Amino acid sequence: MAHNEHTAATEQHVHRDDVGARMGMWLFLFTEILLFGGMFLVYAVYRYQYPDQFLLAGMELNTTIGAINTIILITSSLTVALSIAALQKDNKFLSILMLVITIFFAFLFMVNKYFEWTAKIDHGIYPGSEQMLEKQNGEILFFGLYYIMTGLHGLHIIIGIVILSVILMFIVKDKITSTNLVKLENSGLYWHLVDLIWIFLFPLFYLIQ
Amino acid sequence: MVNGIDSAKTKSFYEEGTTKKSSGLASWLFSTDHKRIGLMYLVTISVFFCVGAIFGILMRLELMSPGETIMKAETYNSFFTLHGVIMIFLFIIPGIPAVFGNFFLPLQIGAKDVAFPRINLLSYWIYIIGASLVLLSLLIPGGAIDTGWTFYIPYSVRSGSNISLAIFAAFVLGFSSILTGLNFITTVHRMRAPGMTWFRMPLFVWATYATAWIQIIATPVIAITILLVILERFFGVGIFDPALGGDPILFQHMFWIYSHPAVYIMILPAMGVVSEIIPTFARRTIFGYKAIAMSSLAIAFVGYLVWAHHMFTSGMSDTARWIFSLLTFIVALPSGVKVFNWVATMYKGSIDPKPPFLWVMSFIVLFSIGGLTGLVVGSLATDIHLHDTYFVVAHFHYVMFGGTGTIFFAALYYWFPKMFGKMYNIKVASLGVLFFFISFNLLYFPKFILGYMGMPRRYYDYLPQFADLQLISTIGSWLMGLTLILIITNIVSAIIKGKKSEENPWGGVTLEWHTSSPPPLENFEVIPEVKHEPYDFSQLEEMKHGS
Repeated sequence: MAHNEHTAATEQHVHRDDVGARMGMWLFLFTEILLFGGMFLVYAVYRYQYPDQFLLAGMELNTTIGAINTIILITSSLTVALSIAALQKDNKFLSILMLVITIFFAFLFMVNKYFEWTAKIDHGIYPGSEQMLEKQNGEILFFGLYYIMTGLHGLHIIIGIVILSVILMFIVKDKITSTNLVKLENSGLYWHLVDLIWIFLFPLFYLIQ
Repeated sequence: MVNGIDSAKTKSFYEEGTTKKSSGLASWLFSTDHKRIGLMYLVTISVFFCVGAIFGILMRLELMSPGETIMKAETYNSFFTLHGVIMIFLFIIPGIPAVFGNFFLPLQIGAKDVAFPRINLLSYWIYIIGASLVLLSLLIPGGAIDTGWTFYIPYSVRSGSNISLAIFAAFVLGFSSILTGLNFITTVHRMRAPGMTWFRMPLFVWATYATAWIQIIATPVIAITILLVILERFFGVGIFDPALGGDPILFQHMFWIYSHPAVYIMILPAMGVVSEIIPTFARRTIFGYKAIAMSSLAIAFVGYLVWAHHMFTSGMSDTARWIFSLLTFIVALPSGVKVFNWVATMYKGSIDPKPPFLWVMSFIVLFSIGGLTGLVVGSLATDIHLHDTYFVVAHFHYVMFGGTGTIFFAALYYWFPKMFGKMYNIKVASLGVLFFFISFNLLYFPKFILGYMGMPRRYYDYLPQFADLQLISTIGSWLMGLTLILIITNIVSAIIKGKKSEENPWGGVTLEWHTSSPPPLENFEVIPEVKHEPYDFSQLEEMKHGS
């Protein structure tokens, strides 16, 4: 920033500072990474402590559903990026369409997640269940972490759906336009982060078998 | 830097607000003006400070003599927990950044407001929600929290008291802290007035900036740790429960990964205030400006890597303990850099011992004692003897209360004329500092000796040989209570009926003194152009001509 002495304070009549808004968003995303970072730390500690039992427990997870959800999320990251690009080129209709598709994918992800979790719970695999307590310590921890980490991630997806829906309304009402799209860009950044975290969760839980 | 200050014409931020009406409760609660938000924090935080102090005084009363004095052991457990939780999460952590950072950071860099005024208001509201949850946890059935402010596992999972609600409150308060942090960082990067280069920023800005980074980097870790404890309590997930394979020590690590850097969230802004006050009252530019600025960043960085010195007795490997002890010693270096530079600034200065300066003198003594005893508990061998004794209690009260608490008052007394445009009674204020210094040492110094003799912290009862020193400490707590009343009354009565203050009573030269007192809504009539180093007192003449 040192080279950029012409900061927002000098432009007295412009109350908008897009660079500042993006910077704030990046700082927020940084805190999100640290939030999940704490979880990844716990995962690393217990994986190191119980490598065999983590392997065993990992077999129970449904790689197919995990893979489908990964594809869904990566595609939704693409559509949100396309939505930004479309609005930059003043194509409001395409931008709205892409955003709607993104939100649809987000719902689809949650639906899959719902079926995946209920299947687990039907098999008696959830924290504190009788079947769970019969398992070895490492497996209990694996499933505990599985529920917490994918649960926290799912919560972020739900928050993302809310944010993207609000942004969608703004675009429809022309409150976000091609000259003023920092809110859309920031929501896109958030969505990429949610995607990015899943990219790490997927192999750690579903693929290492 | 001629701003054409004409306070007769300029409306102050009290007379003009960001809301439709410029007065009334709503004009404050919905104001996005950083100055009003700062004042709201000041009022709220002061109230919680008083509540925390009352808990502290009652605890001391209980410890006046061995055995039960005024309360049962369970009540005592709740009292020390609440004293800790309120003082740490509601007073010291937000304290200086939220009150004085909010009010003065934009002023000192010549900005109209912070980068995100609405998020600033949001973080105040979140603070209020968090604080209300803490209070709610006292009132609803289940009982007040009794784990100590550290919420150590396994007791915090097994205790029947309202732990979940109280730590959820800490989670919420963390959000407030993060939002303030990212707001300040963006403000410093984006809102500096023309000519305000990085190395022309006042040192309080540097300190607040470094603090904001710690707030962002450390707070999410406590957030996730707290979530895990709550999930552990509700679902028995097993992350920290040894019966299910979890590791309680992991909780301690994660807790201190936040809570040790949080110590620097508490002290760094205070150090920034000291670097403002000393040049103003010594009429001399600060000695070692860059060294002080960089030492703030160094403390923020190294302070992140020392957390496990809180856990020397919890069974880590010797290598780990050795490394953390070494790093702990290293973090003392930048603190030392600051203290030496402050003292060097005063050398051959033209010192004017007004109350803010006296507070700083008191700070340097108390903080040095606190800092040096920190090295005693930072070394492995002595820590084994002193761990979890009154020595530790004395150490962190010297650093936190003697350090940050003292500077909270120093900042209040220094910037009071700027914030309110009025002046307090100088004589009473100076006496207040003296009484504070005496009662502080009476209250806390005996704890060093008690701890060395083996008195464990958080105990409800004690052996007869500790009785004399405990009594002295309790007497100190009464004097401290009276002193606090004196200090606070002086301020409150000055707000109500204080005389109008001069525009620049101390002769400060940083940007906040270049505008009227109290400042107008957008801080400056004209955005100032900075041409000087921050503590260049040759500007004073120029400023007089300007007005």
